[in-house]
Amino acid sequence: MDIGWYLTVSAIVFCIGAGGVMVRRSPLVILLCLELMLNAANLDLIAFSRMWGNGDGQIFAIIVMVVAACEVCIGLGLVVAMFRRRLPIDVDEMRELHG
Amino acid sequence: MAAVFFFIAGIGAIAGAIGVATVRNPFYAVLALVSHLLSLAALFLLLRAEFIAAAQVVVYAGAVMVLYVFVVAYVGSQDEPVRPVGGPGLRLASIVFAVLIAVELLIAVLGSGLKGIDGRGAPYEAGFGSPAAIGELLLTRFLFPFEAASFLLLMAAVGAVVLARRRGGLEGGEDEVLRAIPTRLPKGAGSIAEGVGDINPTGDIGRPAIGATTGGDGKEEGGW
Repeated sequence: MDIGWYLTVSAIVFCIGAGGVMVRRSPLVILLCLELMLNAANLDLIAFSRMWGNGDGQIFAIIVMVVAACEVCIGLGLVVAMFRRRLPIDVDEMRELHG
Repeated sequence: MAAVFFFIAGIGAIAGAIGVATVRNPFYAVLALVSHLLSLAALFLLLRAEFIAAAQVVVYAGAVMVLYVFVVAYVGSQDEPVRPVGGPGLRLASIVFAVLIAVELLIAVLGSGLKGIDGRGAPYEAGFGSPAAIGELLLTRFLFPFEAASFLLLMAAVGAVVLARRRGGLEGGEDEVLRAIPTRLPKGAGSIAEGVGDINPTGDIGRPAIGATTGGDGKEEGGW
């Protein structure tokens, strides 16, 4: 398959993730949609790595996976902290930091 | 044959992504993300990235998703309320915005006419994407990013513990029980004199006993 097909799939998945981040309100689901966007970027990186026959893109994808794991860790810690304080699990209700 | 596998995995990935973004129950969204990640691992295999595909299945679809499932089970997989906060116009606008990004990206990818993305990529060399090749790159050329990634993981773990730990003395249900216990103890409490009844000998006649409360208001009347 041509590399362009992989880029197409990646673009579609990225936009589904972006739309999910904008539409959904539960922070858990927003984190899941962020994972979608990161994974779309991973697919791009690996497709370009295949295109050049060079392993650097795959290293980049591994680093992206590490960053995604850290983001999940902190994000889920925040969700658990919100739940402990009996705050609503809804990003639209958390508006105390609005400018 | 590769085309068949590509379309199966690609459609699976897109369907899983749509499931994540649209399913109301967070638990089913996590399951949709697992199927999406498995399809993506198949795409990685088609791109000759065997190690990344294995890491994707084991670390991502395995470990990270188990973390998600634990948190969803802890928080309770409550469905989102139907009431839209920003109004239906905002929701529609965001969907339109996402579709516009998709159209723009597809025009950029498919209409670019770049020769590189029209081919199947560089000729395959034996060992490309294998664990040995990835490990050699990680430990020679990309040693600093590798160490920085390990430090980042350590910081994230410590941060998550700090964020989600149980704080003492905050508002909350479980700490109320501890507050009912009197913190100021009378002199001699816990000594032998208390054991033989020397501290408050008239406990049951006149004043109430040490630390006793009258009613449920928590006001302490006994003592010394």
